[in-house]
Amino acid sequence: MNIHEYQAKALFEKFGVAVPKGVPARTPSEFEGAIKQLPAGAVIVKSQIHAGGRGKGTFTDGFKGGVKFAQTPADALDYANRMFGNTLVTAQTGPAGRKVQTIYFAQATDITKEYYLAILLDRVTSRPVIVASTEGGVEIEKVAHDSPEKIFKIVIDPAVGLMGYQARELAFKLGLTGDYFKNAVKLITALYTMFWKTDASMVEVNPLITTPGGQVLALDAKVSFDDNALFRHPELTALRDLNEEDPKEIEASKFNLSYIALDGNIACLVNGAGLAMSTMDIIKHYGGSPANFLDVGGGASKDQVQAAFKIILTDPNVKGIMVNIFGGIMDCNTIATGVVAAARELGLTIPLVVRLEGNNVAAGKRTLAESGLTIHSADTMADAAQKIVKLVA
Amino acid sequence: MAIIVTPDTRVLVQGITGEFGARHTKLSLDYGSKIVAGVTPGKGGQFFEHGVHRVPIFNTVAEAVAATGATASAVFVPPPFAADAILEGVDAGLDLCVAITEGIPIRDMIEVKRAMAGRKTRLIGPNCPGIVTPGAGKDSAGGCRIGIAPGYIHKKGHVGVVSRSGTLTYEAVFQLTSKNIGQTTSVGIGGDPVNGTSHLDVVKMFNDDPETWGIIMIGEIGGNAEVEAARWVKANCKKPVAGFIAGATAPAGRRMGHAGAVVGGAEDTAAAKIAVFQECGIECAVTPSDMADALIRAAARTGTKLA
Repeated sequence: MNIHEYQAKALFEKFGVAVPKGVPARTPSEFEGAIKQLPAGAVIVKSQIHAGGRGKGTFTDGFKGGVKFAQTPADALDYANRMFGNTLVTAQTGPAGRKVQTIYFAQATDITKEYYLAILLDRVTSRPVIVASTEGGVEIEKVAHDSPEKIFKIVIDPAVGLMGYQARELAFKLGLTGDYFKNAVKLITALYTMFWKTDASMVEVNPLITTPGGQVLALDAKVSFDDNALFRHPELTALRDLNEEDPKEIEASKFNLSYIALDGNIACLVNGAGLAMSTMDIIKHYGGSPANFLDVGGGASKDQVQAAFKIILTDPNVKGIMVNIFGGIMDCNTIATGVVAAARELGLTIPLVVRLEGNNVAAGKRTLAESGLTIHSADTMADAAQKIVKLVA
Repeated sequence: MAIIVTPDTRVLVQGITGEFGARHTKLSLDYGSKIVAGVTPGKGGQFFEHGVHRVPIFNTVAEAVAATGATASAVFVPPPFAADAILEGVDAGLDLCVAITEGIPIRDMIEVKRAMAGRKTRLIGPNCPGIVTPGAGKDSAGGCRIGIAPGYIHKKGHVGVVSRSGTLTYEAVFQLTSKNIGQTTSVGIGGDPVNGTSHLDVVKMFNDDPETWGIIMIGEIGGNAEVEAARWVKANCKKPVAGFIAGATAPAGRRMGHAGAVVGGAEDTAAAKIAVFQECGIECAVTPSDMADALIRAAARTGTKLA
């Protein structure tokens, strides 16, 4: 689960990670009051959406920049009014963009130098790793590619957590001294505590900045949490912003279906994540384009299959459906019954190809054949993919 | 010899009285696996009954091990308690712990993995279909089935299968069996980013197993485990190996069902992994329908028999 920058910054403050003072506003009537809470001086006006590249983004009405520097409160108010309710398109949002529904006003700070700091899982060691760089404010992937010697990594032993010497080593490697050094050690330590205690899957501060006054501050904040751990963090679950999620994905999650919308026209309904991914792949391989990833899970019921069909069909791009079920334990006839019921109930008019294999497959195929509906049966994944691609073309 | 488990392996089930655990314990008993004990705290002294089977239930894994000589466990415990269950098995000195549970917090698994360092227990999973060593009976009955895989699609033979994904494992096994090619052992290592046994661990065991003549390795986007295994194969493995990577069409940054299946960097895309497979002499399946055929092609190149 991702959260907004303003929510992440509030968490940062709670854990003692220093940030520039900032105030969020969710309606235009709150803008002036929010700006007044900041110290006098310039203000940064920041659109709150779950996507990076906001500063370089463009709104659909042509207004440029989802993050603006405002010299005066009047400018800040003007920028906020232009951003609010407007749709911001960035390199990460896709062409549809995201509607801005919260504005974050932050005190503008003088910057001595920009750094990069992140904490995430290191899959090789199965331990948390802190990644830092002297090159901040730019794409870290580019730094890793062009100058890997400027990236420093510290792997944490989960039995003891982040040790003092490790935080010091990182601060030294970043070339920090005096107050900067002390403040950086404090910030890194606090950030790690937050990462661990909140079950974060990633925290990223880009840039982390030093100020002429000796401060070290998190100027931006990107935080995501491990969905599997949200059950023990109700206070974090409350930060979920459904406006940032695809309504079809929200609906799917209610039925324990794992659904991700894509931009093709062949919908798929599959059991198992690996099989679902490779069903998308095989559609592409035969020249089609998948409209979604949809995993109904290992023990799909008739109700789940019907819900899955409904969700698939709310996507107006869908021109055909491929069902691919390997019913190891699950009864293929249960799936077939669900497919027939859904097709009937929804008055399905687009082509449907079903590939069933496994437990009780003969009965399942019979149910499909005797339904009186136009359901194309396939024996293998390849056969099914070729059929649906041809039918949709 | 198969790898990790044989038809004689004595298995206990943690969470045997839960709906999921009970259902699959029955299927394992029907398959002929030696399920010798169940563990559900507070239900010690009761029995899990299924047909002619009467499996004793214990309060702790240690008691179950002492009373029945179980050396392996299947964990069907819900996510909030699964890490605890795994470490209970480790402390009881089990050789093998197979964690089927899906949705264990990553932080819990980071701690479990750390706590298991230096201990003798092998962990398979979590979030995995488990392991099957097919038996010699009808529909491979009489084998050892720990987990949730369909036993009947297997056939006793000489191909090793290792995969992160459940249904994709079944797909590969089914293709092999349909072509009359049997398996030594099929291992589902699970779709989570922190897991106990890696592709490389399993590939090494298949390489050392004289009864395994060929290997199918199935991976997906995310992480570098398949790449690590492929490089090892190139340097050390003389047996034919076929591979498949799922997720070529997955968009970057989106988690595809499995917690581990996310494209994060340039190295963990399907294209990057397939390129490494090819460079390492692994015959890549063009589509998931092609997995058994890819192994047949790889075997033909070296003149190796598969059955």
